[in-house]
Amino acid sequence: MREKAVEIVLFLCAASSVVITIAIVGVLVYESLAFFRSVPLILFLTDTVWTPLFANPRYGILPLLNGTLLTTLVALCVAGPLGLVAAVYLSEFAAPRVREIVKPTLELLSGVPTVVYGFFALLFVTPLLQKVIPGLPGFNVLSAGIVMGIMIIPYIASLSEDAMRAVPQGLRDGSLALGATRLETAFRVVLPTAISGVAAAFVLGISRAVGETMVVAIAAGQQPNLTLDPREPAATITAYIVQVALGDLPHGSIGYQTIFAAGLTLLLITLIFNILAFWLRARFREAY
Amino acid sequence: MNQRVEVAAPVVAAGSDDARGRPIKIVNRDVNVWYGDKRALHDVSIDIPDRAVTAFIGPSGCGKSTFLRCMNRMNDTIPSARVTGTIEIDGQDIHDRSLDVVQLRARVGMVFQKPNPFAKSIYENVAYGPRIHGLARSKAELDAIVEQSLKRAALWDEAKDRLSQPGTGLSGGQQQRLCIARAIAVDPEVILMDEPASALDPIATARIEDLIDELRQNYTIVIVTHNMQQAARVSQRTAFFHLGKLVEEASTERMFTAPRDKRTQDYITGRFG
Repeated sequence: MREKAVEIVLFLCAASSVVITIAIVGVLVYESLAFFRSVPLILFLTDTVWTPLFANPRYGILPLLNGTLLTTLVALCVAGPLGLVAAVYLSEFAAPRVREIVKPTLELLSGVPTVVYGFFALLFVTPLLQKVIPGLPGFNVLSAGIVMGIMIIPYIASLSEDAMRAVPQGLRDGSLALGATRLETAFRVVLPTAISGVAAAFVLGISRAVGETMVVAIAAGQQPNLTLDPREPAATITAYIVQVALGDLPHGSIGYQTIFAAGLTLLLITLIFNILAFWLRARFREAY
Repeated sequence: MNQRVEVAAPVVAAGSDDARGRPIKIVNRDVNVWYGDKRALHDVSIDIPDRAVTAFIGPSGCGKSTFLRCMNRMNDTIPSARVTGTIEIDGQDIHDRSLDVVQLRARVGMVFQKPNPFAKSIYENVAYGPRIHGLARSKAELDAIVEQSLKRAALWDEAKDRLSQPGTGLSGGQQQRLCIARAIAVDPEVILMDEPASALDPIATARIEDLIDELRQNYTIVIVTHNMQQAARVSQRTAFFHLGKLVEEASTERMFTAPRDKRTQDYITGRFG
């Protein structure tokens, strides 16, 4: 009887997180539906201007989406190569003792509060970049993207390393026994074998970058800007939500509802990336 | 009971019908292996005849695989392993500082206990070695190497129509022949086989054994096995290892009919193992 009660309590605790998640999605969808009753979905997806709080409002998500993807792209250009090289080193070259020290240290990087990264971007990286790129504005995508890249290196490196370490030792032995060097073995046997696991690590890194808020809110500026030039300031979906959520918008107004529409868009993007990563990892496990 | 004298190998592998008069390919003298503080191999001295099959038999953990891995320096890949003694292939010390381990392993191929094809196509598995060693100057040359290697490994007929399919999709026995083809493709002189048929069914095993018998025309083969019938079937010389020591080494025929050492007798007659 007592056992049964414990079980019920534990079940309720476990269920609560699921219920809360469903409730969040429900609220997002409910408020977004109200928004899409006043703004047609097609306009939301195709209009190139996002000025929902102006006297003459426009509701095109593209500039925000563009800002999000552009910062993510810059981040990936930084974190992709560095994370991958770090993973190859840790998995294939580092002595066990080195790995024992380096990997937790790398993972500590992900424990740094993102607001610290934000100020690091604004107050350290941007001035540094301004010395190299004359006329670079104080808020720009480049600086935010680079710092975001540094932030997601641990994810990419750590998960890629896990995937590469899972490659059976027999394959390395087979390659080495044919006279391949360790470098050839790492890049021509281990990495191709672990490729779906490594791809999943990248996708999770991207997903993380897409949802990242503080760095872009602080360092990238908050003007929606449809541009491909990373030197310009831009707002991301997350930065917009922070900006507007801090203002005093009347409940139920269309400006208030834009937050939910933007939030739902963000949720869908990260959901797609996470499903992709899940699928890639499942495929990797299938292969070995 | 002076074991060392008994073990000392003749300069030419005499006493075996098949290996008689064969020149010596690999000379091993006083080879010791330590894993950390643990000594895995004690003063092993043995000569391996050219173009013949030498079998290493003995119970699990007797050091036969460890010794096999000395001859292509695969023990280098284990950080705690330390090897002493002299190993010469065609008179060249394989631990000589001027010798490139990459070149050594191209000359001394290896086939492992568990088939380990790469996650690549059948073609790419075989082409891997020639590619890294730059053995083919054109696609046509590479094609020829792949075809010849698969033929020599008796896999061509089964694989020729599916060269672009993954090597991991083959059956276990086919995978092992693919690994043999992969080793042959870099044109080695010696092939080391570490229990190559222990993970295979009897029919696949028989095919591998037939293949080994053919391969000895062109290659020096050393095979580790704990299957004594297999040693008797495929080898011309047999060496018996026990507790990290080479107990006895002779022509396969004599080894299985008139072993000198009591321990060899006991092992062969199945009294321990």
